[in-house]
Amino acid sequence: MTPDASRFAHRRLRHLRERFIEFLLFLAALSSVAITVAIMVILVRESLGFFEHVSLVDFLTDTQWTPLFDDAHYGIMPLVSGTLVTASVALAVAIPLGTIIAIYLSEFAPHRLREIIKPVLELLDGIPTVVYGFFALLFVTPLLQYFFPDLPGFNMLSAGLVMGVMIIPYVSSISEDAMRAVPMHIREGSYAMGATRFQTALRVVTPAAFSGIAAAYILGISRAIGETMVVAVAAGMQPNLTWNPMEPAATITTYIVQVSLGDLPHGSLGYQTIFAAGLVLLLMTLFFNIAGHLLRKRFREVY
Amino acid sequence: MAPDKGVQVMRAMIARRKRWDVIFAIVGLFSMLGGVVTLAALIGSMAMEGVPRLSWDFFTSFPSRHADKAGILSAWVGTTLVMLVTALTAVPLGIAAGVYLEEYAAKNWITDLIEINVTNLAGVPSIIYGLLALGLFVYQLDLGQSIVAAGLTLAILILPVVIVATRESIRAIPGTIREGAFALGATKWQTVSQHVVPYSMAGILTGVIIGLSRAIGETAPIITIGALTYIAFLPDSPIKSEFPYVSFEWLSSAFTVMPIQMFNWVSRPQEAFHVNAAAAGLVLIVMTLLMNALAIFIRYHFRKRIKW
Repeated sequence: MTPDASRFAHRRLRHLRERFIEFLLFLAALSSVAITVAIMVILVRESLGFFEHVSLVDFLTDTQWTPLFDDAHYGIMPLVSGTLVTASVALAVAIPLGTIIAIYLSEFAPHRLREIIKPVLELLDGIPTVVYGFFALLFVTPLLQYFFPDLPGFNMLSAGLVMGVMIIPYVSSISEDAMRAVPMHIREGSYAMGATRFQTALRVVTPAAFSGIAAAYILGISRAIGETMVVAVAAGMQPNLTWNPMEPAATITTYIVQVSLGDLPHGSLGYQTIFAAGLVLLLMTLFFNIAGHLLRKRFREVY
Repeated sequence: MAPDKGVQVMRAMIARRKRWDVIFAIVGLFSMLGGVVTLAALIGSMAMEGVPRLSWDFFTSFPSRHADKAGILSAWVGTTLVMLVTALTAVPLGIAAGVYLEEYAAKNWITDLIEINVTNLAGVPSIIYGLLALGLFVYQLDLGQSIVAAGLTLAILILPVVIVATRESIRAIPGTIREGAFALGATKWQTVSQHVVPYSMAGILTGVIIGLSRAIGETAPIITIGALTYIAFLPDSPIKSEFPYVSFEWLSSAFTVMPIQMFNWVSRPQEAFHVNAAAAGLVLIVMTLLMNALAIFIRYHFRKRIKW
């Protein structure tokens, strides 16, 4: 072989190897799509099995959820109500506090305090949720019972409150990012007009960062809806159609946990119920996630 | 000469407005400290309850019906083995996906689709991954309720974290580095594997550690695949004294993990088991906090040192 030919052969080999590696990396990236598809296929397939036995009307309108009893009812409403009540309590805590903390960190806090607090908030974000469940059941509920003696040992209030504290760092860090993205000259314009810090924060920065803050709220909602362990430990597992946070109730997620802790045979109707419940949960969070990301994208593009 | 009335009114107004500044600064500081202090108090009281239970026996005993004899041996061994599977799957896959999206991907609809998917997956509740694992790993692929099924589940769960961290730290590498490598005749893969990825390793490592610390605490998806809570044996050892020295029997073994053990103890009515739960929770918190602290340390340490 001439030296030239061997050089070409070498180059072709090198080119082939490059394309092969690129293909492998592409497959790795494509795995995320495969996971989404797999989630949809599994949930929809098992749910279809479920809806062969239960009509969609019953599923949406029946007020009882007792799939494992002899007198089985398949109304998702009690689970949805439990989910919404715990999430609402959580948001009633996380949204005001998260917003105040975000405004404070972004507009008021001295630089050094911010440098300390941000990692601390990140650390708190890493505490396992089952530990928060422990707090709710064994510390917060007894404390609340001191004020409300009638409060049952399992209740949505305590689970919701703890869940709220849990998602504060999440809400405040996304909101703060949005506020920091507001360019300095807008603040300077406000100061030049004689506005104080508080006025600037409230009437200039917050509106300018509004879509980002709204995204933080919406992502917070989706997280509160999908949270499992806090409610599983502290809110009780009995499906209960109520809007009163002082009562125990099951959420969609706790129902899935409850069934998984038992031993349901693969392929039975009881087994399929958790996939139907999961599909409802996924659709709820998907709706909020998409709304949140659209809003977040918008605030990024403004400046 | 006294200032006239208008100026006085204006000064009073300014003072009033400034007062709001101070009030808000105080409210903000207190809500922040309030949250942090409340959590610190909760963790503190859990520690007070759990610390007396932390003894050598607690780490070397299996769970038991008698609260004072129960320990977390099978739980922490299970957690370690599951994390091994998770890390070995999620890290290469996540880095490869991140590298592809940042360095190779053309601007087309497939790339858009992948990017939307990654953001979306990060927002899917963890219990949904549990359902996926139950349907796919446990029954479809017939892996059973095993360590490998749990490890793969958590790997899928933290994949978005690793991908996003990889992308962000690769994006911080200036283009001049790549151009320098290309100018010397390096191929794309040589540039990426010998320059871009090693230089962004600090950021990638941070993301990997944060992802793993999240996986350690995840309970819901593992419950969903049906992990048992009462495991009084250890999986087969991965290291053998005879040829070929390694064994993969442990992958298909039944298991339990730390957060499930804790959940099991919290759910029992007896007080004595709550003390065990507090001790297990303490171990769990210390594990995740150490990992997070390590990640934050790596990030701050390298951010200061590297200047392009």
